[in-house]
Amino acid sequence: MAHVRTLDDDSEQDLHADHQILNMGPSHPATHGTVKFLIELDGETIVDLDIQVGYLHRGFEKECESGTWYQAIPYTDRLNYNSAILANIGYCLTVEKLLDIETPERCQWLRTMGGELSRLGDHLTRCGAACLELSAMTPFLFGIEARELTWDLMEILCGARVTSNYLRIGGVKHDMHASFPGVCRENITKIRALLKDYEAVVTQNRLFVDRLRGTGMISKEKLIEYAVTGPLLRAAGIPMDLRKDQPYLKYAEVDFDVPIGEVGDNYDRYLVCVEEMQQSLRIIEQCLVALEKIGPGPVNVDDPRVRWPAKGRVFNQMEELIQQFKAVTEGPLVPAGEAYQAIESANGELGFYVVSDGTAQPWKVRCRPPSFINLQPMPLMLKGAMLADLIPTFDFLNMVGGECDR
Amino acid sequence: MEDFGSASLRKLLDAFPDAVQATHADRGDATVLVEASRIVEVLQFLRETGGLDFDMLMDLTAVDYAGHPDRDGPRFEIVYHLLASQHFHRLRVKAGVPEMPCQIDSCVAVWPAANWMEREVFDLYGVRFRNHPDLRRILLYEEFEGHPLRKDYPKERRQPLIGPRN
Repeated sequence: MAHVRTLDDDSEQDLHADHQILNMGPSHPATHGTVKFLIELDGETIVDLDIQVGYLHRGFEKECESGTWYQAIPYTDRLNYNSAILANIGYCLTVEKLLDIETPERCQWLRTMGGELSRLGDHLTRCGAACLELSAMTPFLFGIEARELTWDLMEILCGARVTSNYLRIGGVKHDMHASFPGVCRENITKIRALLKDYEAVVTQNRLFVDRLRGTGMISKEKLIEYAVTGPLLRAAGIPMDLRKDQPYLKYAEVDFDVPIGEVGDNYDRYLVCVEEMQQSLRIIEQCLVALEKIGPGPVNVDDPRVRWPAKGRVFNQMEELIQQFKAVTEGPLVPAGEAYQAIESANGELGFYVVSDGTAQPWKVRCRPPSFINLQPMPLMLKGAMLADLIPTFDFLNMVGGECDR
Repeated sequence: MEDFGSASLRKLLDAFPDAVQATHADRGDATVLVEASRIVEVLQFLRETGGLDFDMLMDLTAVDYAGHPDRDGPRFEIVYHLLASQHFHRLRVKAGVPEMPCQIDSCVAVWPAANWMEREVFDLYGVRFRNHPDLRRILLYEEFEGHPLRKDYPKERRQPLIGPRN
């Protein structure tokens, strides 16, 4: 589609003076994520960019408002489907804030560990797919093989590979299987080896470095103004990480570093993500040690408002049967009020704002999606850049359609 | 954090005694309800005053209180979640918006981050933002009828099918 620019000066009128509008997406093979770009091009230089999101809008908030508090948990899995447990954590912590519930220690360690496994899988997808879209198949396969290993662990932990549905309000679905720590340590060793191979192919690779260095740059001030969080902000040198700044779960008790970049280009974003994966592995190992140290114990809070009675008791005791029946048919009543709780997801601040009117149905469940908010300043990163720079920039923004469009 | 919350609320109260309608710190979240007509002034103050420095608009959303059991007052509430990135303090600012005229001033001039968030609220709740540079639907398409997150929008409602458009 040609767009004719009115020219004041006839001397500019040569063959290539007209800007061209390029329609990229909504399903483009060089982008992972369903999104449409309307790009105004001058030759191969991006003049303007309009991002059109919403292709995966499923009415997350509306669905949450029409079910019970529990029934929203599977929907949160489907926000960022690369790191389902992180979204579970965000939602459950917010509802627990309304209910004023403190979960048992073992549950918090399990949640921390599950969350880091999710983060690892998310970063592996981002870094792997970024290579694929820059025409490098091998590192993609290293990344995806490592992600399979995290998903194997996820399967042992909660029975599902992707949409985990692992958390419950006030706890987790069940404790980890006895085989988990052994397999987890084995897989961590394998993932470390794969990451080593991955970095050996990519980090110093001339083609890769040339396409990432100096592309997608934006100033720190702009990032703050646009409320960008997560690896994007850290790559620009701002060490903001909710796990350190506002510790939740067990993050205050584990030892890990927050990597930061220098200039905030795509290469820094890549380096930050790769280092964060190593830190996640460290956290998972510490969680395993802590879980072994505290030994068996409850993983669900013993609060009659949200407790799910053990199945054995449900079939044998009247009170438990009634409680189970009420929990399933009515759902827990959450006291009236409002709460906002944010966690550090793989993409940045994942916040939930919930409003309750005191009934068993949420009045409002708002998800603050880091993908959506981080995507907004993308035109600023690309104005004046080459069209080919859009691909790595979009890769490291890591927009996940399910979370962005909800 | 609670201390800072109350300190920032006090500063705000001193500067805008007539614009602040209510405050609370329920469940540790410092919250202030301000008059909708003064919202941009208040947000500008929160962003620019030294010691407050709320430089990040983390979230902007709306709540539809139509049919809520114990509430009278404006139907909608616009909710801003602010973060001061240097001190790591948070503040929630709310402003009521009636059903008619369903509009409030845009704060894109204060934080450009508000652009897409306000478009989303317009899209899903039908609240108009005055002086917004580009108030279009964002998650839904132009031909969509109604605003689905309003409480009177039935979940089962079907929308007209539109053909491909180019």
